[in-house]
Amino acid sequence: MTAPAVAFSGVARVYPGPPPVTALRATDLTVPAGEYVAVVGPSGSGKSTMLNLVGLLDKPSAGRYLLDGIDVAALTERQRGAVRGRKIGFVFQAFQLLPYRSAVENVALAMLYTSVSAGERTERAVAALRDVGLGHRLDALPTTMSGGEQQRVAVARALVNRPTLVLCDEPTGNLDTATADSVLDLLAELHGGGMTIVVVTHNDQVAERAQRVITIRDGRVEEPCADVVPQ
Amino acid sequence: MTRLTARDLLREALTGILQRPGRSALTAVGTVLGVATFVAVLGLTATAGSQIDRRFTALSATEVLAEDAAADAELAGRPFPVDAERRARAIDGVEQAGIYWSAGQRRVSCVPEPPAGDVDEHTVTAISPSAIWAMHPTLATGRIYDSFHDSRGEPVAVLGAAVAERLGVTRVDGAPAVFVDGVPLTVIGVIDDLERHADLLLSVLVPPGTAEAVWGPPASGEPTRMIVQTRLGAAQVVAGQLAVALRPDDVDRIRVAGPPDPRTLRAGVAADLDALFLLLALICLGVGAVGIANTTFVAVLERVPEIGLRRCLGARGRHMAAQFLTESALLGTLGGLLGTCLGAGSVLAVALARDWTAVLEPWAMLPAPLLGTLTGVVAGLYPALRASRIEPIQALRR
Repeated sequence: MTAPAVAFSGVARVYPGPPPVTALRATDLTVPAGEYVAVVGPSGSGKSTMLNLVGLLDKPSAGRYLLDGIDVAALTERQRGAVRGRKIGFVFQAFQLLPYRSAVENVALAMLYTSVSAGERTERAVAALRDVGLGHRLDALPTTMSGGEQQRVAVARALVNRPTLVLCDEPTGNLDTATADSVLDLLAELHGGGMTIVVVTHNDQVAERAQRVITIRDGRVEEPCADVVPQ
Repeated sequence: MTRLTARDLLREALTGILQRPGRSALTAVGTVLGVATFVAVLGLTATAGSQIDRRFTALSATEVLAEDAAADAELAGRPFPVDAERRARAIDGVEQAGIYWSAGQRRVSCVPEPPAGDVDEHTVTAISPSAIWAMHPTLATGRIYDSFHDSRGEPVAVLGAAVAERLGVTRVDGAPAVFVDGVPLTVIGVIDDLERHADLLLSVLVPPGTAEAVWGPPASGEPTRMIVQTRLGAAQVVAGQLAVALRPDDVDRIRVAGPPDPRTLRAGVAADLDALFLLLALICLGVGAVGIANTTFVAVLERVPEIGLRRCLGARGRHMAAQFLTESALLGTLGGLLGTCLGAGSVLAVALARDWTAVLEPWAMLPAPLLGTLTGVVAGLYPALRASRIEPIQALRR
């Protein structure tokens, strides 16, 4: 049995004051490999803090975080950066594509800081774009693409390093409903292929596509039963 | 462990510059101007310096003058020994040497007893024949007296062209006489031109022996001089040795004036220009650096999401610093290259317009683009530092 993709034990995040603000109370959470999890909650509930902690963008104030079996607290800043680049694929609400680079270049950017040769980077970027159904838009600039296409490029970029975990922050926040559905279909397809996916959202339409929903309220994780009841 | 190869770094930086060509060009303008000024100043100084060199003709560069330095010549005795000319010629590099002094303004006429009020006063110069030859005379007619006339105190004279014209002496085959303060002198030659000391064309030239026999030794206030013609390039050395050769017993008695050393004069002129304009060039470079720093800094702020994204993709802070530093260094280098071309071009243009020989020193031209690089690196330091401190979390902020 492989290690869980994410294992929190007593992880908390307190922003030092004055006054100190507890953004996330001590939390135990396990995301097994291959699971599709949605983290929901109202604004200010601690969703973003959770996302930052899972994504190694922030360090917990207390507790232990094992990412794919690695205790990230023991890592140096450089190693954290490397683990972040290899093990986690990010998908952002605002896509975060470089406007002057083609789709292939944007995807290849994810491998810039790894030891993949330039030629292989392009090959793998092209393959990743084909996987997300953008084989016909390889050399298009983000400015000429629709929102859905841009988010697909971002997903391809998140996937291209074959990460342990794809971490999505409001992946459909900038998309209309129809386009959002196509992106969610893509995520579901990835999940079907065995990818671990964590989506942070306050959109129930997004959350209900997940296997499991974790609700955060006032920095406390409330995990309901597996069957989600839409409001 | 993440890494970023130099090739990838260069490609990223170049793409960063080229994706906004207009802005990059404007950013580089300051450096272009600074480096162009720098190159133009150095080029123009060198070019103008070589023009100044050309003013040193072979004539002025081969002349050394020695002069009696005593306050009272009558009291101090003769400055030059009797064999002064022989001593001077003994110095290696000396071609001609001769003494001369002014014997004062005297009434010169063609008749023994001229009617009063109808007499011109002319300078009479006692000058040895070798001194005349050292001045490169062109004879209109006749000949120049020689050491025989000098040693015997023969009453002969050579007229400058201007004096000869005033006196109406055009030919000497009839051995015309002029009367200087009533003393008859036979005119044996007329000098049409002197390449050196052309003011002597306004004089009646007489042998020193004759002048001394008639009017006595040089009057106080009319120092005896010696003109020395040297071989090309020997003037500096001869000037250094002349006083010792002439008066080993009293070196300070003779004041020697060689031609100005062309190298020091040129260096002096160049230094004057350099100091002023290099300051200007430095100011331009400073402005260029501020321009690059400003734009790079704005670019860093503008590209916070991009930096955050790259950090999310595994870039380390130093990778971001390296990227922005490389961008500004590249901008500086491009500006430096363009500036060097512009500077060299303007030097060429000025040289062509003035009919000068353009001088572009390799030691100034070749490192000039590097000056732009340096400007870019210095300008990029602070923005790069800022870029390295941007946390990946900031990519998520919208």
